[in-house]
Amino acid sequence: MPKRYRDIVGDGGSNILAQVEERQARLRARMVPIRKKVAVTSGKGGVGKSVLTANLAAILAAEGWRVGVLDADLNGPSMAQVLGVRGQRLRLSSDGVHPAEGPLGIRVLSMDLFLPDDRAPLTWEAESRQDSFVWRESMEASALREFLTDTAWGALDLLLLDLPPGAPRLPTLADLLPDLDGALVVTIPSDVSRLAVGRAVALARTHGVELLGLVENMAGYLCPTCGSMGDLFAGEGRPAAEALGLEPLGRIPFDPRIASCADRGSPYAVEHPDTVAGQALRELAGRLRARLSPEGGAR
Amino acid sequence: MKFLCVGCDEPMRVRSVEGPEQGSVSVTFGCSVCGHQVSLLTNPAETQLVRSLGVKIGGSGAPAGPLETVRTALAEQREGALDTEGEEGLVWTEAAEGRLQRLPPIARPMARMAIARYARERGVATVTPELMDEYRARAGF
Repeated sequence: MPKRYRDIVGDGGSNILAQVEERQARLRARMVPIRKKVAVTSGKGGVGKSVLTANLAAILAAEGWRVGVLDADLNGPSMAQVLGVRGQRLRLSSDGVHPAEGPLGIRVLSMDLFLPDDRAPLTWEAESRQDSFVWRESMEASALREFLTDTAWGALDLLLLDLPPGAPRLPTLADLLPDLDGALVVTIPSDVSRLAVGRAVALARTHGVELLGLVENMAGYLCPTCGSMGDLFAGEGRPAAEALGLEPLGRIPFDPRIASCADRGSPYAVEHPDTVAGQALRELAGRLRARLSPEGGAR
Repeated sequence: MKFLCVGCDEPMRVRSVEGPEQGSVSVTFGCSVCGHQVSLLTNPAETQLVRSLGVKIGGSGAPAGPLETVRTALAEQREGALDTEGEEGLVWTEAAEGRLQRLPPIARPMARMAIARYARERGVATVTPELMDEYRARAGF
């Protein structure tokens, strides 16, 4: 009987397995000086993940944490804008690509820094665009792995990974980064969002991803004129965290200045620390810090 | 994927890899017993699929450079996204980079530019802690 696949040792010289292992080893080595790696995720788009990520990064950086932010939304990168690093040139050294430097020394890497202009979509060179759905997702996963592996993050207390919307994004990241410490789940107080987020949470659990807790963003509208709080969504008041089996980490009211600060690339939580939303963001950062450092220390 | 020489019942090994050319990679395998050779010719979709996985059929050859996929496969890229102006070809050792990182964030860009300029003036291609010391002594601080 002729030899079968499993009778043959090796793959004839391509050493695909060794290539994959070498890649994983480089990623592991890069992650060693990074104390905690946390994804910010949601099954739903438009819930404010990126702005929330930027503000958390800024609050913790202001407290002395060394923070990096990886914009994992390759097709709709916004973190460079939100953290004010658009247009920065990235330096290449023997250690890799050095991230852009945002406010308070936050280290930022985003696909936005590689795209030529505001209207340029993420497209890959290929002989044929036909059937690109077959390889596009793999290409993006490879690019994300490179961003993690080849960026000279240096020593960090926290690397925040701002994920694009969609339930499979977190499991994909967990496959790439097995020592991910956990994920913050973001929703808004609407039934549509809870439905999408519920499915994403269920999928994440099947992959064994640690879910650190739930943040309800845009939970109420803070009038900048009179300071009164009103409902923004009809679903206000329903306990989302309990329904999803997650620890409630915070409810952040909507303040129009959050959006205007993001447009200017300046973290709202730093500019307006004493507003209701600013305080809510600080409390959220405090709970996240406590989850990551149960001993209560800054690091 | 493995190739078997049916006549010899022996696994074949990679002899050469060519391409990609017009979207096709040609990988030739040979039998170490009878010398029989076959070539695997990928179509553009297959080539692209393997490329998307970040591995190379026939072996990786030289180690991949930083962000190789991003730098080589993005269809449209911002000109000058990488490398600071005036630092083309200038390499910072890890130790030098670490030392720069110890400066306050606000002081780093200026220090980096000044040291890079000093390195260029001296015709030095690699910034080391020793070069930084030298610059510091010359600059008088």
